[in-house]
Amino acid sequence: MLPGERSLTIRLGPLVVVARDDSILTRRMLYTFTMSKDWKAERERWENETVAPFVDRRPERRESFETFSGAEVERVYTPEHVEQQAAEGGFPGEFPYLRGPYPTMYRARPWTMRQIAGYGRPEDTNDRLRYLIAAGQTGISIDFDMPTLMGYDSDNVMSFGEVGREGVAVDHVDDLAGVLDGIDIGEISVSMTINPTAWAMLAKFLVVAQERNVPWSSLSGTTQADIVKEFIAQKEWIFPVEPSLRLLRDMITFGAEHLPRWNPVNVSGYHAREAGATAVQEVAFTLAAGITYSEQATATGMPFDEFAPRLSFYFISHSDFLEEIAKFRAARRLWARIARERFDARKPESMRLRFHCQTSGSALTAAQPLNNVARGSLQALAAVLGGAQSLHVSGMDEALAIPSAEAMKVALRTQQIILEESGVANTIDPLGGSHAIEAMTDRIERDAKELIDEVDERGGTVECIESGWFQQEIADSSYIFQLAKEAGERVIVGVNAYREDDPGVLPFELHRVAPDTEERKIEELIAHRATRDDAAVDARLAELVAVAQTDANIMPATIEAVRARATTGEIVESLRAVFGTYVETAVF
Amino acid sequence: MAQQIRVLMAKIGLDGHDRGVKVVARALRDAGMEIIYTGLHRRPEEVVRVAIDEDVDVIGVSVLSGAHMHIFPRVIELLEAEDAREDITIIGGGTILPEDIDALEEMGIHKVLGVDTPLQEIVDTINEAVEAKRAAR
Repeated sequence: MLPGERSLTIRLGPLVVVARDDSILTRRMLYTFTMSKDWKAERERWENETVAPFVDRRPERRESFETFSGAEVERVYTPEHVEQQAAEGGFPGEFPYLRGPYPTMYRARPWTMRQIAGYGRPEDTNDRLRYLIAAGQTGISIDFDMPTLMGYDSDNVMSFGEVGREGVAVDHVDDLAGVLDGIDIGEISVSMTINPTAWAMLAKFLVVAQERNVPWSSLSGTTQADIVKEFIAQKEWIFPVEPSLRLLRDMITFGAEHLPRWNPVNVSGYHAREAGATAVQEVAFTLAAGITYSEQATATGMPFDEFAPRLSFYFISHSDFLEEIAKFRAARRLWARIARERFDARKPESMRLRFHCQTSGSALTAAQPLNNVARGSLQALAAVLGGAQSLHVSGMDEALAIPSAEAMKVALRTQQIILEESGVANTIDPLGGSHAIEAMTDRIERDAKELIDEVDERGGTVECIESGWFQQEIADSSYIFQLAKEAGERVIVGVNAYREDDPGVLPFELHRVAPDTEERKIEELIAHRATRDDAAVDARLAELVAVAQTDANIMPATIEAVRARATTGEIVESLRAVFGTYVETAVF
Repeated sequence: MAQQIRVLMAKIGLDGHDRGVKVVARALRDAGMEIIYTGLHRRPEEVVRVAIDEDVDVIGVSVLSGAHMHIFPRVIELLEAEDAREDITIIGGGTILPEDIDALEEMGIHKVLGVDTPLQEIVDTINEAVEAKRAAR
């Protein structure tokens, strides 16, 4: 060192930097040095010098740490773990939409608070919907009973014991009008959890709108309609895979022409996850379904950019806070790339993934049920930090029954507290740039992409459903998880740890379906059939069957059958003769 | 060596929740039992028919739809009609409220083992029930 020179010595582990002065140039050099330093070597030094002696004195809680989905978690994350640096994530509202689908996110428009409702007869569900709207809910979401979902009328022998139980019983268009009585469907968005019979429920909704003089162009909302995940996870089906896909294809292309604000499909990962899939499988199987639907629609000659902006997605928010946030971000980036690379998307709207989110029902416990409020809060927070467009927080009583009005209000208030009090909605993607979040985002995207490649190699989604591959993959993950839970490697508070022998009295009242629901609904259905023009119904059903035998779009003929007051059961039975019935490949 | 226990795992009604039934089926198979799984959306008549044709020791019925108070009495009734009520042990599983569990066990369901029951407890329950039944013969 020359006389008179000031020096600054910085010790960075074994590396010593000697700066000769603190000029701007030197500071810039130091900065550059820090950014490009060998993080792996640095971390190894830290592991040896600092961690090792510490762990000798105080061992860690476990040999290794894993996410809820079984992926290894590092002790600490540094830039060495991040493959795609933040710059590649771009900005919100720009490709690849890692940081959010919209440029301003919740600063302009908070996510839609959409607590689901559905039980009993139409008027019962209407009461609940009005209660939730009065409590400040900003969208509505309807659950239908099992017979409605699977295309059986309330008086069918298969419906025995199930009418109005897990959702509302809707047999015909006037039932749906009853559910929506006094609700302005031209204003509030309406989401319907309906799958194999989704096209017929959309037809009912469109007829309700016409009969109220609400233009179709003003209707906003979603039909879940994701039939792939039914075959692989939720297990509600009617027709074989190919005709089921055709029905959805017709909804997508009809929607593209007539329903500018409607999401014809909510491509869903929630159910695969609830059936036991990992976070990676959830992303991969969902996007694989999205690819399949897109291929079906483009095969009609409709360009991807015409329908893709209305594709919407639906993910779970499960227990592992960081992994879930990373999952949502990874799904957005991966879909943007698929849209551009696989479908040659040009419009930004075709590449940005928008999703609804629901906190996990299966993560909720029957034991010590008030703990479920804490679970719901954490999972809802993860959904918001992950950039959800719409959210349902599962009720604290969901492990025991269909949620009560009170449980749904607490869930709605949870969302309002996150929005109004926590401050997390004031800036976009606040965890973006966290080494842990970015590294997990990279991992999930990479692994999900590999799994999608495997689906392709196995012949695609339809082949993987029919061979039972998806189902086996999920069953395997589910079993591995269960064994880990039983071994105490996955702790569920109140279930395999912190148990209380005396369950005590329930801290809230459970919702009960009125015992005469089924009987009354069947009486109403019989009365409905007596008031309509049966000859007109038969004629419309015959026309529907004729259309089904061609490759023409099935929506217009379904709308006319619905308008004539045909029931869902009648529509489905007519088409069974053309399409056949799906037979499951049962694996375990 | 004791005769292998035969179990029919069944899903009745429109309920599509099959995560639990599959995990239990696999655990019972790993515990050395022979498992027949009906697949989803069966009617009580179909399940009882298979149980008798396959000469099973146990029927495990999983219900998460809330329709259990309709489904289980029907299964018992059908087994009685076939004169097989005494030969076959019925185990229930799923989302079932405590008061309903009491009522079901009262009417003749051997045991209702709800969501979150440890797998080993299910294996043990079946082993003990079948052993007792065989010893009584």
